[in-house]
Amino acid sequence: MSREDYEVIIGLEVHAELSTKTKIFCSCKTEFGGAPNTQCCPICMAMPGTLPVLNEKVVEYAVRAGLATNCSIERNSKNDRKNYFYPDLPKSYQISQFDKPLCKTGYIEIENENGEKKNIGITRIHIEEDAGKLNHDDFGGGCLVDLNRAGVPLIEIVSEPDMRSSEEADKYLKKLKSILEYIEVSDCKMQEGSFRADVNVSVRKKGETKLGTRTEMKNMNSFRSIIRGIEYEIDRQIEVIEAGGKVEQETLRWDDVSGKTFSMRDKEDAQDYRYFPDPDLGLIRLSEEYIEGIKKSLPELPESRKRRYLEEYNLTERDAKLITVSKYLSNLFEETVSKTKNAKASCNWILGDISRILNEKEMEPNQIPFTSDNLAELIILIEKGTISSAIAKKVLEEMFENGEEPSKIIEEKGWVQISDEGAIKEVVLKILADNPQSVQDYKGGKDRAIGFLVGQAMKQTKGKANPQMLNTMFIEEINKM
Amino acid sequence: MKITELTVHELASKLKAKEITREEIVKAYIDRIEEKEKDVQAFITITDKEKLIEQARKIEEEVKKGNITNELAGIPIGIKDNICTKGVKTTCASKMLENFVAPYDATVAEKLNNENLISLGKLNMDEFAMGSSTEYSYFKKTRNPWNLNKVPGGSSGGSAAAVAANMVPWALGSDTGGSIREPAAFCGIVGLKPTYGLVSRFGLVAFASSLDQIGTLTKDVTDSAMLLNLIAGHDPKDTTSADVEKKDYTKCLKNDVKGLKIGVPKECFGDGINEEVKKSIEKVIEEYKKLGAIVEECSLDVADYALATYYIIACAEASSNLGRFDGIRYGYRTKNYSNLKELFKNSRSEGFGDEVKRRIILGTYVLSSGYYDAYYKKAQQVRTLVKNEFAKNFEKYDLLLTPPVPNVAFDIGSKVDNPLEMYLADLYTVSVNIAGLPGISVPCGVNQEGMPIGFQLIGKAFAEETILNAAYTYEQATKFREHYNPQFKK
Repeated sequence: MSREDYEVIIGLEVHAELSTKTKIFCSCKTEFGGAPNTQCCPICMAMPGTLPVLNEKVVEYAVRAGLATNCSIERNSKNDRKNYFYPDLPKSYQISQFDKPLCKTGYIEIENENGEKKNIGITRIHIEEDAGKLNHDDFGGGCLVDLNRAGVPLIEIVSEPDMRSSEEADKYLKKLKSILEYIEVSDCKMQEGSFRADVNVSVRKKGETKLGTRTEMKNMNSFRSIIRGIEYEIDRQIEVIEAGGKVEQETLRWDDVSGKTFSMRDKEDAQDYRYFPDPDLGLIRLSEEYIEGIKKSLPELPESRKRRYLEEYNLTERDAKLITVSKYLSNLFEETVSKTKNAKASCNWILGDISRILNEKEMEPNQIPFTSDNLAELIILIEKGTISSAIAKKVLEEMFENGEEPSKIIEEKGWVQISDEGAIKEVVLKILADNPQSVQDYKGGKDRAIGFLVGQAMKQTKGKANPQMLNTMFIEEINKM
Repeated sequence: MKITELTVHELASKLKAKEITREEIVKAYIDRIEEKEKDVQAFITITDKEKLIEQARKIEEEVKKGNITNELAGIPIGIKDNICTKGVKTTCASKMLENFVAPYDATVAEKLNNENLISLGKLNMDEFAMGSSTEYSYFKKTRNPWNLNKVPGGSSGGSAAAVAANMVPWALGSDTGGSIREPAAFCGIVGLKPTYGLVSRFGLVAFASSLDQIGTLTKDVTDSAMLLNLIAGHDPKDTTSADVEKKDYTKCLKNDVKGLKIGVPKECFGDGINEEVKKSIEKVIEEYKKLGAIVEECSLDVADYALATYYIIACAEASSNLGRFDGIRYGYRTKNYSNLKELFKNSRSEGFGDEVKRRIILGTYVLSSGYYDAYYKKAQQVRTLVKNEFAKNFEKYDLLLTPPVPNVAFDIGSKVDNPLEMYLADLYTVSVNIAGLPGISVPCGVNQEGMPIGFQLIGKAFAEETILNAAYTYEQATKFREHYNPQFKK
């Protein structure tokens, strides 16, 4: 039997760090990247006698996430303690939510490989605190504990086992990330671990109704490894079954370098977390008005923004979809259009060169160092003929380096386009003199020869000559010959 | 009368009349501690003499200049060693925290500082407040000032003994299942456990979060009201602290109980109660009747289940609360480890005493999957029943009257190896914690051996005024302190 004979079942548990200014149970900052143990206090260090106080913003953000993913919001919920020992867990319990999560039974719509719409169910969303980090000790050879992250608020979004391929899982994750960014509850920076997923995979023979035994890959934090991990697990599990074996329920670690999964622990040593309601915290009671208020404050979501772009800006379906995935890029687009009145060019720059550079530099859109004013200026400079598109690309690279204004970059680099007729003519005549064969070719009916000549002229002027003017003038001059 | 024999309200009026100075008060206590500590063993940390005198002088000066005006400025106090004090060790009487110094003050300690009270030191207790005799302290066994061979009760035994022995004018304790009221009864002083939520728990090292409450140990009821004034109040740092109106509890001491309805649960006089204690309580009932109160027998039958419920809930919470003592960030760390698991295991095995371990094991068990429903969940259900039962009684009565303990203070060492018998000492006090109600223990006599006996009044939630007034009225009528005093029998 082959892979086609199996059905793949995937469920995801996503942890997203909330972008509240302070931690979930104390007033320490949540910023990433501080020197170890500079963003913690007696409360997040769990010193004796200290008590947690729930940050109301955390509840608000989680409710926003719930509403944006079509969940029902629970009027009564509570915090529970999840008990286990680990050096990065100062209280020896994580304050989480067990049997009464804030949000339940929602869904996210994705488009599957065949372009069909499909809903992926969301079982629950609950709030909890992040743990600290263990760093390798370069001096002593042991481990050092950094508690800056301890108490950073998280939401855990648990999906139903509704995905049937790594592609669907990828689409679900991207859609979820996009939604969380839109409603501004998480910055979803995967490299910083603020958006990470536990991936549950199982397979079963097509037609079977009973779910196969699943394995769980923990803490995956790039789309690429998630897809690779899922594909690897599918193959591995099918191989085990085909060989007459049984898939073991276990927790796995995905290793990006070897492209394999490794067992972390199996069901045998499953931990008993001894969940119980945290007596230090009260019940979380939400009123109708509170939930309604949050509902009203939700911003436009990607789906409706996409529809608006089709009408308002005449974008193609594909472009409208792509540009609305990231709220940051989408905002950049709208702001740029408002200044350039040129939706097509604005969209092309963002989906083209800007996205390419982001990919190359492995940057998130919100790390773009220039503003919509700068991008608009760049587009207007091309329209005015001050620079060519070729130069504009170089200007954009510079803008990514230092975030400077395009006009300033052009001036500093001496990249202003040559549009002076006399100067252009001089270049044209020289190139014609140097390339008699091309002149012959053009006269012989090969229009492409003009392209070659323009190219030579651009080379000569280091890309600064106005290409339209070159084009016209070459034709004129050849016709004169 | 010697300075150390005076109550705080007496000290305050003498200060006001300029009959004594704050320095004299502090010096009197320094001398008294020096004289009695070797017998009583109440302190874990004693504040440095020079520092105390300097503090007293400074406050005196500021009062003279008019910069400090409150009447209690410069009054000394003792603090149970599970209440965090910035810059001073807070050990919880455990090897685990032998050298722990908190970089913050508990909210109650901050309040005392703001009023310029002077801390004489930190008082002994059962390790992590788990015990009823203070014998489970890692450091020392505190003695009962009435008879040095007897326990002072626990877990606030150091606080109770120090007040009874006049080594501190008053003290803070904590009460999770009777840890203020039982030692108060054993030492012949007044012990008040306020309503859960009236006093902030921030900075009180947690034993059982849903039951713990800081309270007062004092020579008389007026002092209780005064100390409660200092420590009560909403605290944004404690989610479980109640947002109730600030009151002056001394205003409720009206010396009048006419028409007050007091219920006496018949279940409290069943098997196991000592005859002399029973007789004493009967005399208290007569006294209240004489004073014009209406005293009737009532029923509190779920009280039978309260002790089991208490030990399940308290141990469950403790097993989680004490997880943080893992040898990683602060506190005791074993020297014997070669991997992480051993570091955790050995630090905890070597750092905790037997009783603490017993309760951690019990608590871990009742929360384990498969047992949760049978124990923890059931206990929470019984907890609701206990609350309802009290509520039903309070529809009829203003107060309930019970013995705080079935017996008088026992001999040191007599129960230490029988934890179950030790747990029975909490029989009449735990249901009050389970229901989150206020309770007070007031001395009412001594037995033939001369050991003090107390009685307990239980009130509705946040009805501290009713309890204090009733206790005060009895105290004024009977004047326990004029008749009986600790003898330091050896």
